Amino acid sequence: MADDQLSATFAALADPTRRALLARLAKGEATVNELAEPFSISLQAVSKHLKVLERAGLVVRGRDAQWRPCRLETAPLEEASGWISRYTEVQAERLDRLDEVVQGIVRESAARRPGAAGKPEEGPEEPEEEEETGP
Amino acid sequence: MSKHTVGKTEFTIEPGRHDVTITRVFDAPREAVFKTLTDPDLVPQWWGPARYPTRVEKADFRPGGEWRFISADGDTEYRFHGVFHDVAAPERIVQTFEFEGTPGHVALDTLTLEEVDGGTRYTAVSVFQSVEDRDAMTASGMDEGAAEGLDRLAALVEKA
Repeated sequence: MADDQLSATFAALADPTRRALLARLAKGEATVNELAEPFSISLQAVSKHLKVLERAGLVVRGRDAQWRPCRLETAPLEEASGWISRYTEVQAERLDRLDEVVQGIVRESAARRPGAAGKPEEGPEEPEEEEETGP
Repeated sequence: MSKHTVGKTEFTIEPGRHDVTITRVFDAPREAVFKTLTDPDLVPQWWGPARYPTRVEKADFRPGGEWRFISADGDTEYRFHGVFHDVAAPERIVQTFEFEGTPGHVALDTLTLEEVDGGTRYTAVSVFQSVEDRDAMTASGMDEGAAEGLDRLAALVEKA
């Protein structure tokens, strides 16, 4: 279901005219006439694009028969935006974990050499401290 | 969308280009960051999302050496591999990156570590073979036409 909504959202966004209509609606409600103004296309063409946006749930039409303003519905866009940001979240999470591991190493190396806290290790081949073993 | 941050990580993803730049400053010495990046035993602790356990199949951190990491999402495995072109401790790693789910789409990653104010700045530049490859990676497999709308979409949602 969520995937279907995403497909509908991205399909609707795949057209530059429809994106421009959404950008206009992001500023506030507008009638079809108002929406058509900046475009050198017919009212019918704008209506067609609006139907696609409506089917995708991105635009809602008012009920007043005389004046049916179009309004932007942001929920599907937010969902799509969240889906897009997954890549960056994965990368950011990876670096957060890297940070944790590095901090662990820094703390460990500071604990091993009291007085040298915060100093980087001298080399990767530094021998491990021998643990005391039983008899 | 061209520049944004997630926590402490900054992303630069310009529309119409085939690269991604990721930067992050670590409050740790450069040697420690480099060691963590190049220690096969430590890789599973930071590579990939925490919810997908990662195992290291190959990690030969030398020029010409190969790497292959496998992340498991339940029964589904995501496999990645590449070759190290340059490994210069403690400041630089140049490597190829390929997701085996999309064979033949290879990115070139240049990772640079710089010392800054007692910390380390990590900069990773990934260059993909095409804008489409780049957008597919940042959007993880999107339908045609969608990628071109991403940047505008982000702006739209912010405005709304």
